[in-house]
Amino acid sequence: MSQIASLAPLFPELTLAIGAMVLLMIGVFRPETDEAGRAVGWLAILVLVLAGAMVVLQPAEAMQMFEGAFVVDGFARLMKLLVLGGSAIALLLAFDDLTDIRQMKFEYPVLILLSVTGMLVMISAGDLISLYLGLEMQSLAAYVLASYRRDQVRSSEAGLKYFVLGSLASGMLLYGASLVYGFTGSTSFATIASAASEGGSANIGLIFGLVFVLVGIAFKISAVPFHMWTPDVYEGAPTPVVAFFASATKVASMALLIRLIFNAFPGMTPQWQQIIVFLAIASMLLGSFAAIGQQNIKRLMAYSSIGHVGFALVGLAAASQEGTQGVILYMAIYLVMTLGVFACISAMRRSDGPTEDISDLAGLAQHNLPMAFVFGALMFSLAGIPPFAGFFAKFYVFLAAINAGLYTLTVIAVLASVIAAYYYLRIVKVIFFDEPKEAFLPVRSKAGVVMTVSAILMLFAFIVPYLPASLISVADAAAASFRY
Amino acid sequence: MGVSAFFFYVFAIMSVFAGAMVIIAKNPVHAVLFLILVFFNAAGLFILLGAEFLAMVLVIVYVGAVAVLFLFVVMMLDVDFAALRAGFIRNAPLAALVGGIVLVELVMVVGFAYIQPEVAGVAAAPFPSLGSGITNTEALGRLIYTRYVFFFQGAGLILLLAMIGAIVLTLRHKPGVKRQSIAAQNARTVQTAIEIVKVEPGQAIVPSGETRG
Repeated sequence: MSQIASLAPLFPELTLAIGAMVLLMIGVFRPETDEAGRAVGWLAILVLVLAGAMVVLQPAEAMQMFEGAFVVDGFARLMKLLVLGGSAIALLLAFDDLTDIRQMKFEYPVLILLSVTGMLVMISAGDLISLYLGLEMQSLAAYVLASYRRDQVRSSEAGLKYFVLGSLASGMLLYGASLVYGFTGSTSFATIASAASEGGSANIGLIFGLVFVLVGIAFKISAVPFHMWTPDVYEGAPTPVVAFFASATKVASMALLIRLIFNAFPGMTPQWQQIIVFLAIASMLLGSFAAIGQQNIKRLMAYSSIGHVGFALVGLAAASQEGTQGVILYMAIYLVMTLGVFACISAMRRSDGPTEDISDLAGLAQHNLPMAFVFGALMFSLAGIPPFAGFFAKFYVFLAAINAGLYTLTVIAVLASVIAAYYYLRIVKVIFFDEPKEAFLPVRSKAGVVMTVSAILMLFAFIVPYLPASLISVADAAAASFRY
Repeated sequence: MGVSAFFFYVFAIMSVFAGAMVIIAKNPVHAVLFLILVFFNAAGLFILLGAEFLAMVLVIVYVGAVAVLFLFVVMMLDVDFAALRAGFIRNAPLAALVGGIVLVELVMVVGFAYIQPEVAGVAAAPFPSLGSGITNTEALGRLIYTRYVFFFQGAGLILLLAMIGAIVLTLRHKPGVKRQSIAAQNARTVQTAIEIVKVEPGQAIVPSGETRG
């Protein structure tokens, strides 16, 4: 018994892994029907909730296992809860959409569970090996999910593109990791940190390793110039899968980046800071300009997510506790917003199937006013217009950057967010003021609940008294897990 | 010359010879068989070094799986090896260049270990001290199942995921495919399998369940 108890920090991951295997067995021995697929889906949501409960029940102190290869601290717990919640909602959104196309197979929830297991390992990584294992577990499932509709050319293309470019990124990351190992003599973050801060100036070989590792992770968070895959994958993959990519995967990858930087390279701040600043500026500008011409709402959301990653990186570039707190808040708010938007996108369906053109939203306000309001609110929030939460997300990261003296970066960020506001507001204009087109089918309950809750949270999270302060203190406590 | 030196030269000469034959052999099947001989000799060299686990893995994985896979590919696919060799002379300078670079790298790796022995200490991975009399199979097992059990199990999960992914993307349930059903086969009795038909003279026999014509 004591041996099992000593595994307590691993319980959430074990729950997910064992849950995935049990569900796999259940799925294999049930007849292949949509009902069986849905039942496995509900069980998978139950497993995610159970894992979340395990995370909540963990004692509040920082714990290490396997000689530092697996780290659980306040930051890890908060990010794990975000990832688990985001995945559960993304899985919930998949039920109706996949049943529509007769693809609600039991493998889908199992793949999601295994991917989430990888994400939790990423978030808790304290060693280059666990970093890579987690990343690969998450990505392998993601490649399969992207090409889940194998009968569609676009979906297969998305999966193949994601796989080839993802493998390239993994290769770069591994090359960087081998350099880091070669120049520090260890794969453990703690040892790398102490070896990197020895001797004053950073070793040139170690800097090379750092650059390659950051390139690999920049690909996963789709920061420019490693973003090429994002629009194609978002457009080609099924909508619920994209909701999963844009919410849970992004949060987990960002958490991995934060952990790597502050746990393994705290002594090399000037080196990684300039990389992060460049990634932030490039992502914000490309995310703002490239989205303007998009006609497909999923492509637009891809560029939007690139831009948002850029804004979140502004907080990371500050290299302070305030900055990390800003990034955590940003990712949490982005997660809720993006799930709401994808719930709206999955509600864009006519009798002849789902549509993805922005022009099809024309005159939504005249057919379905509540959905129009929800969609509009989420767009305002994405654009960062007060009093929506999206504004406060940007506010805290920009504030941290100002306090860290990154004035140029902040000015560029503000300008980019003004440009980005154009295409969000264009959607609001199309919804409310364009000539109405054929109405959508009625919104189904799951998507309706998700989009409504998301919009209400975005509208009221920073208006209701006391709530903002508690949100910020939670993020601050998580950010205090690192030394700056 | 001790026994181990004798065996070293036997294995070394055999593996160099077999390695050369892999390239020279005209018949691709012979080339693969020589490759298997290389693996066996390399396994022998590992045993001389005291790395019996590596030797066993080499035989099991490379001879048992990889080389047999090669053999399958060579036999199943009609690969025209003469066509593959056509550009040999033209590409020889490039091959010599790549080979030269690899040679220089190998010399540097080995050379530095002699010139600067302390280099070896820099990147030494932490290794727990083992008592004497522990075989390296046991030592590896102790490491993999204690310190690295997390990585080991994680890698196992990734393999499971890869398998599920491959099945999800490729398995198609085709209607009308005949599958063996062992239960149905075992449930057959003489009564269900054999039908006794009285044949009238001048009439054709029509099995039950079918109609004539």
